Amino acid sequence: MTNFSETVDAPGRFAGYRAVLASRVRSQRSYRSNFAFDLASSGFVGVIELVEVWLLFHQVSVLGGLTFAQVLLVFGIADLCHSFADLFVGHCDTLPEYVRAGTLDVFYLRPQPLLLQLMTSDISLRRITRAGVALAALVIGLSINDIHWSVAAVGLLAVTIVSAIAIFSAMFVWAAGTQFFLIQGAEFTNAFVYGGRYAATQPAAVWSAPLKVLFGFVFPMALSAYVPALWLLGLPGPIGLPTWLAWCTPVAALWIWGFALFMWRLGVRHYQGGGG
Amino acid sequence: MSDMIIETDRLTRDFRIRGKGTAALKRSTLRAVNDLQLRIAPGESVGYIGANGAGKSTTIKMLVGILVPTSGSVRTCGLDPHRERRRLAAEVGVVFGQRSQLWWDLPVRESFDILAAIHRLPGADARRRTQEVIEQLELTDFLATPVRQLSLGQRMRAEVAAALLHRPRLVILDEPTIGLDVLSKQRLREFLLTERQTHGTTLLLTTHDMGDIERLCERVLVVDHGSTVYDGSLGGLARAAGSDRILVLDFADATPDLIGIPHTTHLGSDVGGARQRLAFDSERTTAAAVLAAVGQQAQLRDLSIEEPDIEDVVRRIYQARR
Repeated sequence: MTNFSETVDAPGRFAGYRAVLASRVRSQRSYRSNFAFDLASSGFVGVIELVEVWLLFHQVSVLGGLTFAQVLLVFGIADLCHSFADLFVGHCDTLPEYVRAGTLDVFYLRPQPLLLQLMTSDISLRRITRAGVALAALVIGLSINDIHWSVAAVGLLAVTIVSAIAIFSAMFVWAAGTQFFLIQGAEFTNAFVYGGRYAATQPAAVWSAPLKVLFGFVFPMALSAYVPALWLLGLPGPIGLPTWLAWCTPVAALWIWGFALFMWRLGVRHYQGGGG
Repeated sequence: MSDMIIETDRLTRDFRIRGKGTAALKRSTLRAVNDLQLRIAPGESVGYIGANGAGKSTTIKMLVGILVPTSGSVRTCGLDPHRERRRLAAEVGVVFGQRSQLWWDLPVRESFDILAAIHRLPGADARRRTQEVIEQLELTDFLATPVRQLSLGQRMRAEVAAALLHRPRLVILDEPTIGLDVLSKQRLREFLLTERQTHGTTLLLTTHDMGDIERLCERVLVVDHGSTVYDGSLGGLARAAGSDRILVLDFADATPDLIGIPHTTHLGSDVGGARQRLAFDSERTTAAAVLAAVGQQAQLRDLSIEEPDIEDVVRRIYQARR
């Protein structure tokens, strides 16, 4: 009698997640003027970020060994991937609110993993315009630079985009896990999540050694856009970041996801009072 | 393995609390649930009552796997609630009076559809069951209304429907009728009674409402400082708590405190003694005898009799133990 779910026309394993996400999309689009405003403001923020980079290069023609045209490529990859991660899992930021409102306790009452429920509990469609700005920057960056196109180059670009989206998503997840035991911890984690995004759009050659370790390897921001861009441009890497590392972006994504899941588990254990 | 639907053995849960300021460095431990022994058989309906902070919510959270016990063990529907949380979620329906399982910006109907998908109810079955809860809880009029626009009574009925959509064997309700109007309470209780009769559902509910207990529960558990202090029928609870009734007396003029009326206790005076409250032991005297004695001392204008509410009953049980 309890095995209704095993009969033939039972919804699939992902039907529940799909139903939630579809409802979020409908809900956001149902307030048309509101949605249009959100789209516009998100796109505007993207443009501002881009102008900021441009202004920097108004003062200097080369920064960290890159010209503005070349940095456009770094910015494009990093911001595109961050925007997509933000679109899908950026709301993990709101975990403290979920805890306060008891939404998290409600997650416990559903036959799904907690983290998957959190990740699929919302979707921020408005980020699509910001991703659009970043995509434009990437396309321009790819066309105005002298890139030797090959199967390897196309493959690297594809692998990089997928891995970088994963890396930025993992940043949101570990930050969420940390919120369980840090009261008002969002400011601390934002320094890494959004500071990391900013770092990812910059040429890492100008960083000091500790920063290279932090945002090069611990939080693999440099690997998500800068190093792959160097490889595409055929430029040498700075000390500590050789360009062959461009192929290690998936490894970096695995590492940061491992870290994110560890922090998430630690946070959940803390919440349940099971340890720590 | 036993066939109990809920079984705990020396279930204990501590919270570490920190003080403020310099006291923040010192941690103290608060025992919310203390060596709790709970055995509930399938099909029972149990009222779980106690003062605020007696450990009710903590117990419920351990029963469904939200909190991990500090020591002792708990099994719900034969499962370890923490390790087998996802399997347990299919068997248990929980209504937290203060937390919503519905999507506040969606019409009620859509929340049900999503929950049916989450619980992977097959299409035809989901439609049948959704229709069933809609009819029994009389939700038809506001199915298309976004949850945030519902009245409290409407929302609670929708919450209960949402929690029971997947036909759980065990339903746990934490303050389901708090703040509800009489009619909404009535509908909710009738639905829960029907659900028990037709599906043999086990009910465990915490409440501050004597009506909930009287209408819904065959067995009452009173908890104090994390341990059970009473376990038995409702009638037995009234006997254990003492059978005091309270008379509220209004007099024409200010009256000296009525001390010394046989088998009564003077509880207090207001408005210079123009209103007084007397408790009397209904097994040793009658309201009529008390009134006759009062009438000899003062001019009575009006009166009312208070039934003991849950807080009173609980307080008296606590006092009887100390």
